[in-house]
Amino acid sequence: MVESRAAAVQELRARFAAGQTRPAEWRAAQLRGVLRMATEMEAEICDALHADLGKPKTEAHVHELSLIKSSCLFALKNLKKWMKPQKVPAKLMNFPSTARITPEPLGLVLVISAWNYPLLLSLDPVIGAIAAGNAVALKPSEGAPAMSSLLAELLPRFVDGTCIKVIEGGVKETTALLNQKWDKIFYTGNSRVGRVVMTAAAKHLTPAVLELGGKCPVVVDSNVDLHIAAKRIAAGKWGCNNGQACIAPDFIITTQAFAPKLLESLKKVLEKFYGKDPLLSADLSRVVNASHFGRLKGLMDEEMVSDKIVFGGQRDEQQLKIAPTIFLDVPLDSAIMKEEIFGPLLPILTVDKIHESFGLINSMAKPLAAYLFTRDSELQNQFEGAISAGGMLFNDTSIHLTNPYLPFGGVGESGTGAYHGKFSFDAFSHRKAVMNRGFAGEARARYPPYSAPKLKILKGVLEGKLGDMIQAILGFPRGK
Amino acid sequence: MGAPVAINGPIGERAITCSHSQWSTGAAEQSERVRAESMGSMVASVEEIGAAAAPQAVERRLGELRATFESGRTRPLSWRQSQLRGLLRLLADKEEEAFRALHDDLGKHRAEAYRDEVGVLTKSANAALREIGKWAAPEKVWVPLVAFPASAQVVPEPLGVVLIFSCWNFPLGLSLEPLIGAIAAGNAVALKPSELAPATARFLEENIGEYLDATAVKVIQGGPAVGEQLMEHRWDKVLFTGCPRVARVVMAAAVKHLTPVALELGGKCPCIFDAVAGRRNLQTSVNRVIFAKWSSCAGQACIAIDYVLVEERFAPTLIKLLKSTLKRFIADSDQMARIVNGRHFQRLSNLLKDPAVAASILHGGGLDAKNLSIEPTILLNPPLDSAIMTEEIFGPLLPIITVKKIEDSIAFVRARPKPLAVYAFTDSAPLKRRIVEETSSGSVTFNDAVVQFGVDTLPFGGVGQSGFGQYHGKYSFEMFSHKKAVLRRGFLVEAMLRYPPWDEQKIAMMRHLFRYDYVRFIFTFLGLRR
Repeated sequence: MVESRAAAVQELRARFAAGQTRPAEWRAAQLRGVLRMATEMEAEICDALHADLGKPKTEAHVHELSLIKSSCLFALKNLKKWMKPQKVPAKLMNFPSTARITPEPLGLVLVISAWNYPLLLSLDPVIGAIAAGNAVALKPSEGAPAMSSLLAELLPRFVDGTCIKVIEGGVKETTALLNQKWDKIFYTGNSRVGRVVMTAAAKHLTPAVLELGGKCPVVVDSNVDLHIAAKRIAAGKWGCNNGQACIAPDFIITTQAFAPKLLESLKKVLEKFYGKDPLLSADLSRVVNASHFGRLKGLMDEEMVSDKIVFGGQRDEQQLKIAPTIFLDVPLDSAIMKEEIFGPLLPILTVDKIHESFGLINSMAKPLAAYLFTRDSELQNQFEGAISAGGMLFNDTSIHLTNPYLPFGGVGESGTGAYHGKFSFDAFSHRKAVMNRGFAGEARARYPPYSAPKLKILKGVLEGKLGDMIQAILGFPRGK
Repeated sequence: MGAPVAINGPIGERAITCSHSQWSTGAAEQSERVRAESMGSMVASVEEIGAAAAPQAVERRLGELRATFESGRTRPLSWRQSQLRGLLRLLADKEEEAFRALHDDLGKHRAEAYRDEVGVLTKSANAALREIGKWAAPEKVWVPLVAFPASAQVVPEPLGVVLIFSCWNFPLGLSLEPLIGAIAAGNAVALKPSELAPATARFLEENIGEYLDATAVKVIQGGPAVGEQLMEHRWDKVLFTGCPRVARVVMAAAVKHLTPVALELGGKCPCIFDAVAGRRNLQTSVNRVIFAKWSSCAGQACIAIDYVLVEERFAPTLIKLLKSTLKRFIADSDQMARIVNGRHFQRLSNLLKDPAVAASILHGGGLDAKNLSIEPTILLNPPLDSAIMTEEIFGPLLPIITVKKIEDSIAFVRARPKPLAVYAFTDSAPLKRRIVEETSSGSVTFNDAVVQFGVDTLPFGGVGQSGFGQYHGKYSFEMFSHKKAVLRRGFLVEAMLRYPPWDEQKIAMMRHLFRYDYVRFIFTFLGLRR
């Protein structure tokens, strides 16, 4: 309903203006509330994740609940430190003066979340916004309806509902929300809607963080521990919401010589993880909805790739399940290579020499994550220098997002801005510069009427010449 | 701040008119006249810039920038340092020409030109040269034991090819200060100077290619049409300095390629003037107010003092001192920059036409259309809903607003859009604390104004309507960098519990690990059958 949404935003604005969200005690209380919710409501949360995504309980714990809890704990531990103003050296030429940088909340924050990690991607940004002292509106994804209504019901019970609100809805409601004036918008999702968000943000000159996606490449060299590499790739691909994750490996590039070995290893690992009939495994998430199922089916069935399947391919439309499926050497202009897959399909592309993978990756849009498996540290360094991505991981997949000291965010088409740990606090803060000057040291040289002697002293001051600074402070040139 | 602008309209009209509601709803003919007028002032340079600004030429030059970046040429520290040295040589060799260009464009006295632009740039380039190794170095970060063995770093890398839109009031400084950051960060750069400061734009086009690597740093001159053409392209970052009206258009155009932008806008920077104790300090304060209002491009600066708030009973003292000091500092129009062009002169004159505003003029008010010069003007309590009190003045007119108690200033400032800077002259520590805590602005400076611009350990940028994104010093480097997270793992230690098939024991172990509770983890681990 339009009125209640506008009224909700009004209340957020009034509460923020009254200073309710500023004190450290309030912020800490909210963080503890989120922590309690994640602890006491585990069962309900796991049920909602299973209803929305068929997410295995382990993934629900490891990828969502645990991360939210550690995010709260990390923020609680560091809150006072982050809030403290930071003194900076004020230059000698401004003597006497002191300077500091004071973080302050931006005001009203809108968090728009995604359906694939509907708890994590809703609450992790909210945690940052709260820690920074903002009032927050959370719009959970309608693609995960059970979690959306669970959040709407639970969150007000655990946190201050006058300053932290859950507003549910689909495209219409989101559009209406975007037309309001926010001080920051945080969006996780795809680049098409990312553009809609940015267009809305432009109207009010609102800064935005866009956490988008891309095709995360995995380059596999022959100089690896193959079994471990295969396990880690499989865990990152199919163990993360069955490939429906922004940092899931999208496709593999390896040499023609090594591909057969890699494929064999992957097949072995997949059977071990999910058994002979993966559609029956409880450890695989299902595809989120019929629309995405249709999309993935289309990618698999496209004429130029359907004969390239070397493993898997089973599907169950009723259950919305697709088995881990591997393709070998699909054409670069196939649909599966042109869009982010976001599902359990894994193309393996082959090249003659491993270095050719660099050019191939650079011909595509910058991804959210780039992975390389190799023991060769020279190759690692070359990869690091040649490839731009939000984040980069050697010899593993996905786990870099769990390190709160690493900024998590994209670059280019994969997004703008970053969060996690202190980066979350910074994303929702304004770094205000505060300078305190004294009245002593009045430099006549800065004022008109201008003259050559004044200019000479100004030059000296700006070039850092001590003698001129002293003259300036002592009020030279005398007279006018 | 004016009616919302159609996203698909040409940048044209809006780029010329800046942030004034009377222009946004203005008749098409008025905009036409305005456009013709500013085109007219460009006629002398049209032939010169025509060739370089022709659409195909722009395309070709942009293509060259991209190719240069892709070749890796701009990445090595040695290249970046050589560019910064080149810039320093340019500023030293061509100082006289720079002064002349700034005087042609704005009537700036060479002292002002040096103090506010050339000198600041020299300082910044030197600082960048000194610090660049530190800025560009990867930063090691802590890795939790659960990931052992592993190493993690945050590695800064250039964004790629960046575009800098500069503004006409500090046409050299607002072009080259961001350029220093963009180059230090290893990018290729296109610089689009404001066509409203054509002498400086020409100066930049003639000299940048000579002193810097012309394949990687290009000056693209032109008007709004060129700006629009540039925004059709994919950039890895765009920095825009100017008014909110055009900022909206730039940001909307950036959506096409999801280009990240930074906006340096303006606002009405208030100066809260408390009853400072002591004759000497009071005089010093007044000196600094005059410096920040009239001595910086005649008030045409985003961080100039826009208006003053003072207690009723103290106002007469302040006004008397302002008048007498103005007579000494700015005895003739040579000591102050002129108004940039006829259109802005007209805009400022119009602010004074409102009868209630005209009646509030206490000092000055003299208009010299021929020389585009306006006397330093002080007004006392013009109506709060008049244009002079609702729009950014950007000129040598200073409204003084009186309040009953100085603390009332805080509510006054809070009720208005967040400015780029808040200033206060006061001895009171409680007042200072309240101002910092209860108002929001890009920055706050006590007992001086504008000088925060030169402190490169402080981030410079706005918040809310005054913009987003910060630069100066290392912040310039960061503005044009991507901080890439890099995690390196080995094959040595393999945690079996990561992989399916799942069971309760694996979940329990993972719980402990994620809370960094290694003791409980080990117990659970040891209890597991291998």
